[in-house]
Amino acid sequence: MSSISTPAIAVNSLSAAPGEAARAKLKVSNLDFFYGDKHALKKINLDMGERRVTAMIGPSGCGKSTLLRVLNRMYDLYPGQRAEGQVLLDGYNILAGDMDPAVLRSRIGMVFQKPTPFPMSIYDNIAFGVRLHERIGKADMDERVEWCLSKAALWGEVKDRLTSSALGLSGGQQQRLCIARTIAVKPEVVLLDEPTSALDPISTAKIEELIDELKRDFTIVIVTHNMQQAARCADVTAFFYLGDLIEVGPTDKMFTTPTDGRTHDYITGRFG
Amino acid sequence: MSSLARRRTVDVTMKAISTGFALISLCALAWILLTLLQKGLPALGLNVFTEVTLPPGQNGGLLNAIIGTLIQVGGAVLLGTPIGVMAGTFLAEAGRGSKFAGAVRFVNDILLSAPSILIGLFVYQMLVVPFGGYSGFAGIVALAIIVMPVVVRTTEDMLALVPSSLREAAFALGAPMWKVIVFVTWRAASNGIVTGLLLALARAAGETAPLLFTSLGNNGWSTDLSQPMASLPLAINTFAGSSFDDQVSLAWAGALLITVGVLALNILTRFALAPKK
Repeated sequence: MSSISTPAIAVNSLSAAPGEAARAKLKVSNLDFFYGDKHALKKINLDMGERRVTAMIGPSGCGKSTLLRVLNRMYDLYPGQRAEGQVLLDGYNILAGDMDPAVLRSRIGMVFQKPTPFPMSIYDNIAFGVRLHERIGKADMDERVEWCLSKAALWGEVKDRLTSSALGLSGGQQQRLCIARTIAVKPEVVLLDEPTSALDPISTAKIEELIDELKRDFTIVIVTHNMQQAARCADVTAFFYLGDLIEVGPTDKMFTTPTDGRTHDYITGRFG
Repeated sequence: MSSLARRRTVDVTMKAISTGFALISLCALAWILLTLLQKGLPALGLNVFTEVTLPPGQNGGLLNAIIGTLIQVGGAVLLGTPIGVMAGTFLAEAGRGSKFAGAVRFVNDILLSAPSILIGLFVYQMLVVPFGGYSGFAGIVALAIIVMPVVVRTTEDMLALVPSSLREAAFALGAPMWKVIVFVTWRAASNGIVTGLLLALARAAGETAPLLFTSLGNNGWSTDLSQPMASLPLAINTFAGSSFDDQVSLAWAGALLITVGVLALNILTRFALAPKK
C-alpha cells in the first residue's frame, strides 16, 4: 500500500519524449457541461497536442466521453445538453454560435465504441462522407477510397469486394472501415470513443498499431477503459473522476509516478 | 430433488399450453384458408378474368372489380405512403420528444383504430356530397386514410429501432439531418418500412366499409376516377348474400383472389428484400 510507484503496466516507448512539448491543437478552457440539471464536467482545462495521442481515462460516468462529445459538438443533437466555457481549435472557439457543426465535424472526426457501418457498400461508406464536403470525380474518389483504406490497414482485405455490403465485414474490419471513413474526410483531429471495447484482442492490436500510424497525420484523442491501451498508445494521459479532471501528464509519468492519490488508486485497480 | 421435478413439470406444462394455443390459432387460419380454397377454386373460371359483373345466370366475371381494386388500392398506397412515411419520419427523427409530436402520435393512434365505416362516412361528407356523386377517387381517398396511420406507425417504430449510434456516426462526418435520414436511417429501416407498407396494402385491399359510400361499386366496366368504381370487396359484399349460386361462387372467387394477391405480394417482397450475399 505504501509504494506509490511502478504499477505493472508497460509504457509505450515510442511516444514522444515528455519534454518535447507539442503545440496545442485543441485547448479546453474552463469548460462546464450540463445534462439538464446534472453538472457532468466541472471547470475542465486541458490541452491536446498537435499530432499527439491524448488518452482520457477514468471510471464509468466520470465525464470522459462527455468531453469527447463536446469536442465535435455531438451534444448539439440533444436538447437539454449544454456546454459553457471555451474549446479552442487552432485558437478559434468551436462552442461559439457562428461555428457550423457540419464544418466543425469535417475537421474533427469521430469513431464510436461499436462499429457503425452504414447499410451500403464498403466503397459508399467512404464516399458518403467525402461527398458531403467535396465534389470530386470518380477517379479521384477511387484514389481517396484506396488511400484511406490503406491508411486504416484494411485495403488488402477488402480491395476485391468494395461493392459488397459493409455489414458483411467482421467487427474488427467494420471498425477499421469506420476509421477509414473518418480519415477520408481529411480531418485534423480524430476522436476515438473506446474504439476497441467491442473487439477481440487481435483486432484491438491492429487498431492500436493504427493509432500509432495515424498520429503522424492527425491529432488523436482517445477515451478508453483499458489502461494498458492508454499506456501503450498515448503520449499524454488525463484522468477524470466524477466530472473533474484530476490529473494530466505524460503517459509514462501518469502510470509510474502519479501525483494524485486517486489517479494511483485507479491505475492500480483499487477502484473503477 | 422434488423442487427440480416440480420445475420440470411446470416447464413441460407451460410449453404444452402455449403450443396448444398456438395450434388452435393456426387451426383457425388453416380452416379459413381451406374453406376459401374449397369454395373459391372451383369458381375460378376464365370468365372471372374476362367478363364484368353481369346479372345472374349470364356467366359474368369480376374483371371490373379486379381492375377497380388494383386502381383504388394502388392509388391509396401512392397517396398514403408519402404522407405516412414523412409523418412517421417526423415523429421518429425531427420531432422526437416535442409536444407537437406527442399530439400527432396520439391522433394517429386514434386514426389507426377508427372504425373504417367512419372513414367512409367522413369522405362521403367531404368528397361525395360536395361534388355530387360517388367516385373512384373518393374511394382512393378513403383507402388512403386507412393506409396512412399504419404507415406512420410502422415507419416510426422501424426508425426507432435504428441505433442512435448510426445516426451519430453520420452526423459525426458532418452530414446535415436530411442526408442522415435519407441515406442512413431510411436505408437501415427500409425492410421494416416496406413491411409496414405491405401490411397497410393488405388492409386496404380487404376493406369494404370505406368504399360503400365513396366508390359505391359499379356493375359495368369503368376506369374513370370521377365515376363510381367496382372493387372486389364490394363485389363480395353484394354477391355473398345473393340467392343465385353463380353469384355466390363469384364472391368466393373474389375472396380467394384478394387473399392470393396479398399473399403473393408478401412472398415476392420477402424475396426481393432478402439480404443478398
